[in-house]
Amino acid sequence: MSAMTGIAYDARTTWSLMRRGINEIARVPGAAIPGVLAPSIFMCGLTAVFGNLTNLPGFTTDEYINFILPVGFLQGAAFTGAATGVNLARDIELGWFDRLLASPAPRGVLLAGTVLSASLRVLMPVTLLMMVGLALGVSFPGVDGLLLALFLAACFAAVAACYGVIIAMRFKTQAAAPLMQAGVFMAVLFTTSYAPQALLTGWLHDVAKYNPVTQILEAVRQGFVGDVTWADTWPGLLALAGLAAVFVSLALRSLRRSGQ
Amino acid sequence: MTAAPVPARLRAPGFAARLRSEARVVGELGRRSVRQAFRRPQFLAPIIIFPTLFLAVNTGGAGRAVDLPQFPEVHGFLDFQLAGAMLQSTMLAGVSAAIALALDIEIGFIDRLFAAPIARASFVLGRLAATAVMGAISALWFLSVGLVFGAHIEGGVAGALVVIALVVLNATAFGTLGAALALKAKSASTAQGIFPLVFVILFLSSAFFPENLLLEPARTIAEWNPLSLIADGLRDPIISDLSLRPTLEALGGIAIVAGIGTALSVWGLRSRIQNA
Repeated sequence: MSAMTGIAYDARTTWSLMRRGINEIARVPGAAIPGVLAPSIFMCGLTAVFGNLTNLPGFTTDEYINFILPVGFLQGAAFTGAATGVNLARDIELGWFDRLLASPAPRGVLLAGTVLSASLRVLMPVTLLMMVGLALGVSFPGVDGLLLALFLAACFAAVAACYGVIIAMRFKTQAAAPLMQAGVFMAVLFTTSYAPQALLTGWLHDVAKYNPVTQILEAVRQGFVGDVTWADTWPGLLALAGLAAVFVSLALRSLRRSGQ
Repeated sequence: MTAAPVPARLRAPGFAARLRSEARVVGELGRRSVRQAFRRPQFLAPIIIFPTLFLAVNTGGAGRAVDLPQFPEVHGFLDFQLAGAMLQSTMLAGVSAAIALALDIEIGFIDRLFAAPIARASFVLGRLAATAVMGAISALWFLSVGLVFGAHIEGGVAGALVVIALVVLNATAFGTLGAALALKAKSASTAQGIFPLVFVILFLSSAFFPENLLLEPARTIAEWNPLSLIADGLRDPIISDLSLRPTLEALGGIAIVAGIGTALSVWGLRSRIQNA
């Protein structure tokens, strides 16, 4: 088999696995609900509850919904990634994943198909969020701001899916779902999710400062609260690249170990 | 000729004996449900882990809210948030109970109980007893977390006991709603779908922020939401001295939830028995 044919086979396998991941939405709608509905509920709910925080001196926007909508983007991406892990755990429980491991498909292709489906699925919650947000008066971030936000959310969904894969391969049971969800929940909310860095208090002030997801959130947020600039973009891209390098390596390692 | 005396073992048990027997059944079923919650992390996580994480984020993220001019006088934002965390935990305990009961229906466990010589309501009461226990665990957990991280309970020991009692009653009240949901839905995935609704109801109450500082229309809805009564009643002994009025109002809110839940449970149980 030539190198070109091999790449074509790998691409087809990846695409098949991605399509299967997308079909999960119709097959197991209950698993998709948190990823699709929860971010919109949180966005509306948190705006209603904490909307008056914008009256604090030093808050970077007058409308809290502009500040919180980008959190919903990453929350949707995170829950979609966690759902990928739960689906994989179910496949392991049912024995379907063992058949995949026995196939000649490289481990990298199996991982790519699984996690890239999360990148596509995240378009659902993000679109819903954007529509709800615009209906409630969110400032349009501009085409560049929106495209950047979509790109970062899709990549973050893939990183969260890698985390889900690691947990699924470690515990091999859907009972580990709370661990997947709690992990991504913390990663997104232990940032400047509720208020700018200067207004955070106690331990969260320090955790948010060193949490790489804060940089990704600020990059997604920039178009909603101001202009898109390279200075606010590159730290987010760098943080995402770093997280991707770590979680893709660990997920690949867990897949290779499982095969042994 | 006089009839031969009926042997004691063949006599119909008296009311007290029947009550004792049913209490034992309820106790056993309750114990089974509590064990189930501790064995399966997906039942325990919504009651303890997620509300704790949410409490941590709310406290660190919105802690400066106490500087807002209309914010009530409190020792710290954590003190204010504890009631919201406990309320969230007990509501999610009700949903977890619904999922567990729906799973029991799915695997046929409840149908086997129907065939057993026990009162029909016993399995619902057993589940409620377990939810009450989970409520007590939740109250103790959040009060402990609060004290460890610097919260004050202004009402003292009596205030803490009132909070624990209210949380247990509240968990039981939401347990009745959970039982009704499970009996009507009959499927765990349908019962699971109610999770987002819990947050909608919570956000539209004074669980996380003072009612006067909520944005419209949440403020108006919160004024009519019985959950606001429960949240304010739970919060009062933590942020101020113990007083009767908020406690009675919280009991009123719990009674509304329990009344609706009990009526729906009875309805669900009847239709379940008819279909069995």
